[in-house]
Amino acid sequence: MSVDNVASAKANSDVEQPFAALGLKLDEYERIKEILGRRPTSSELAMYSVMWSEHCSYKSSKVHLRQFGDKVPANDSMLVGIGENAGVVDIGDGWAVTFKVESHNHPSYVEPYQGAATGIGGIVRDIISMGARPVAVMDPLRFGAPEHPDTRRVVNGIVAGIGGYGNCLGLPNIGGEIVFDPSYQGNPLVNALCVGTMKHEDIHLAKASGVGNSVILYGARTGGDGIGGVSVLASETFDADGPAKRPSVQVGDPFMEKLLIECTLEVLHAGLVEGIQDLGGAGISCATSELASNGEGGMHVWLDRVLLRDSTLSPEEILMSESQERMCAVVEPSKVDAFLDVCKKWDIEAVVIGEVNASGRLTVDWHGEQIVDVPPRSVAHDGPVYERPYARPDWMDARQADAPTAERLARPNSAEAVRETLLRMVAAPNLAAKTWVTSQYDRYVRGNTVLAQPEDSGMIRVDEVTGRGIAVSTDCNARFAALDPYRGAQLAFAESYRNVATTGARPLAVTNCLNFGSPEDPSVMWQFEQAVTGLADACLDMGTPVTGGNVSFYNQTGDVAIHPTPVIGVLGVIDDVNKRTGMEWKTAGESIFVLGVTRDELAGSEWAHEIHGHLGGMPPVLDLAVEKNLAEVLLEASKTDLITAAHDVADGGLAQAFVEMAIRADRGATINLPEDQDSFVFLWSESASRAVVVAPHHHDQALVALCSRYGIAVTHVGSVDDTTELHFRGVYGGEVSATIDELRAASEAVLPKLFG
Amino acid sequence: MARVVVNVALKPEILDPQGRAVQGAFGRLGLTGVTDVRQGKQFVLTVDGEVTPAKLEEIKHIAETLLSNPVIEDFTVEVQA
Repeated sequence: MSVDNVASAKANSDVEQPFAALGLKLDEYERIKEILGRRPTSSELAMYSVMWSEHCSYKSSKVHLRQFGDKVPANDSMLVGIGENAGVVDIGDGWAVTFKVESHNHPSYVEPYQGAATGIGGIVRDIISMGARPVAVMDPLRFGAPEHPDTRRVVNGIVAGIGGYGNCLGLPNIGGEIVFDPSYQGNPLVNALCVGTMKHEDIHLAKASGVGNSVILYGARTGGDGIGGVSVLASETFDADGPAKRPSVQVGDPFMEKLLIECTLEVLHAGLVEGIQDLGGAGISCATSELASNGEGGMHVWLDRVLLRDSTLSPEEILMSESQERMCAVVEPSKVDAFLDVCKKWDIEAVVIGEVNASGRLTVDWHGEQIVDVPPRSVAHDGPVYERPYARPDWMDARQADAPTAERLARPNSAEAVRETLLRMVAAPNLAAKTWVTSQYDRYVRGNTVLAQPEDSGMIRVDEVTGRGIAVSTDCNARFAALDPYRGAQLAFAESYRNVATTGARPLAVTNCLNFGSPEDPSVMWQFEQAVTGLADACLDMGTPVTGGNVSFYNQTGDVAIHPTPVIGVLGVIDDVNKRTGMEWKTAGESIFVLGVTRDELAGSEWAHEIHGHLGGMPPVLDLAVEKNLAEVLLEASKTDLITAAHDVADGGLAQAFVEMAIRADRGATINLPEDQDSFVFLWSESASRAVVVAPHHHDQALVALCSRYGIAVTHVGSVDDTTELHFRGVYGGEVSATIDELRAASEAVLPKLFG
Repeated sequence: MARVVVNVALKPEILDPQGRAVQGAFGRLGLTGVTDVRQGKQFVLTVDGEVTPAKLEEIKHIAETLLSNPVIEDFTVEVQA
């Protein structure tokens, strides 16, 4: 079999090459020729095409993402920042935590089960390549309309895939989100977050240093999976009639991944590794070029040494393969045998495929012929950068002007109508209990899960002696972002921040997964630019650095993009998980308070969406100083035992918050609606920076004093009682009651009925 | 009465973890020389009367939409007298 090699590329410059089919534009192809001073070989073309794809190169987003680095707040907890596989944060006592969220949207639409499963596998390998032990995963998910016939296929596949892979790995799934909206019909979002913990001295970076060191590929064999998945799948819009291109989908093997975790942690702890990199999108092309580019700059690879599952694979395919469960390590020659012994112990195949050198080039041989000779930086880091045009779309004015006023959308205005709305909203798919999904995930494996769904954030004990722990939440109301992407991203961040603080953990760091439509559409690019700026500004204000993230573009069908969905993850630390604040009230006689101000803010709310299918107006106002003070109140009240429970107020407003607390506690309460406010607005407005807290009766004054110290509005609204009913008084002069059994039944029946 | 056999297997380029596990067991049980194992599944359909071309098309349709996942699996349909 003849292979296109460097010599023939030099000799025959006029060969026609399929750069366009590989997703490269003509000017990008010309630039490759300029870099190399000749046409690329077919293997080089394969490498550049995958590495310069949107998914790997961030070519459309880079110019905007710089803000996360430029606007980085003073925060000494950040140990490793953006650019590595995942950021690392100091949580005290010598512990460090790494966390990251990534998208696996397109593969999960084509093949929901394997797409979602391999999404978990990929993010877990990111975490282990930093030297950390994965301790938990979370999945923010977005699906199309619940009643659409295709949604059932996608939901069932994705949920089963996440459960199947995560449960086999033995990682607890401690939270996430599930949101339904027609905008995701042809583009479901599967974002996967993983958290890992380690001691400071165990942090590892992806670089190939030390001339003469060996490059070892270990893990699963390389097969024909997902070839070009990155360049073709993740960087191109689906046609309206569904995925036309069906590249071979990657199939994951969680049992192999489990071995890979243990093997990798053992070689790292034994000090056998100089640099390490996981293989995800773009496979060997990505791992070798990034390792070489981050290190001293030279590497030689004998590609024919790669262990194959299918011996007929061509060198181009081997370079591009996205076979799962593979890792690449740089090891000193004297330690190679010890490394291979550890691999053998874990029943993992490993082979030395290359060597670090000082040539400044990445060279690849295939059975004695040189098929690649490139500067590694040009592949890995110096890809094209686009200043794509962006412009605020004309339709924004009309959308923002269409506010959900009482005249525009009929509101309930009697006690009877409020009760009817209450029962409808509890059974709205976006608010309904997610038990049907989360019960398919193992939430408590490893024995360190302190809080999991449906609590405000997931919480994991890190140190079993001191009780030090971390809390993580992910949030995004994409409807807010659709109404105003700048504020929408800030609101997503604020909600996530608040969710972490609500459980008693101090927010420390931010990660993100920015899901948008096509960057070639100036309207989408504007949404993206606004969201990134909003998030960066908010992080600067709140003093929480962005430690890393992921961008997923081309989430659109035909000309219709998804709602801009900047999913924001916030990580917090708690000194002792035993001091956490849960969401359920505990005993009769406790006082219930609302912290924060409720305004007439229904634009983008769940009520407007569920009852009226309406999206218009301006999202709730957000004052970050208030948000920060609210968090301080929640943290101090938790630390000083002033409160026994707290719950964030977001989707579905106060009504939903009260319902969730009552169901969780299986105990009733009486809520007296404020006389000076419209009952409907009080119950279903989604104003930002609010929480419900519960205090033992004798602490009421202390709590009020704490709130006034931070300038946070506090309203006593009722008390927990011994009944099994949630009772609202002063609802348009009447009363509304619902039994907890009735509310729970309505809430829990929704998802099983739709998808069970 | 005729029988139609539908064989479903993962496409050759797709990883087959179950097949690999079986192959691993061969080694442990002392069977050497087996370099690869691919596992699939078989559906045996018993059909009333003759398998007409129209009936066969129907079965092929079912094989593609229900019995297999065409994204990651191939199938064959075979009529037995």
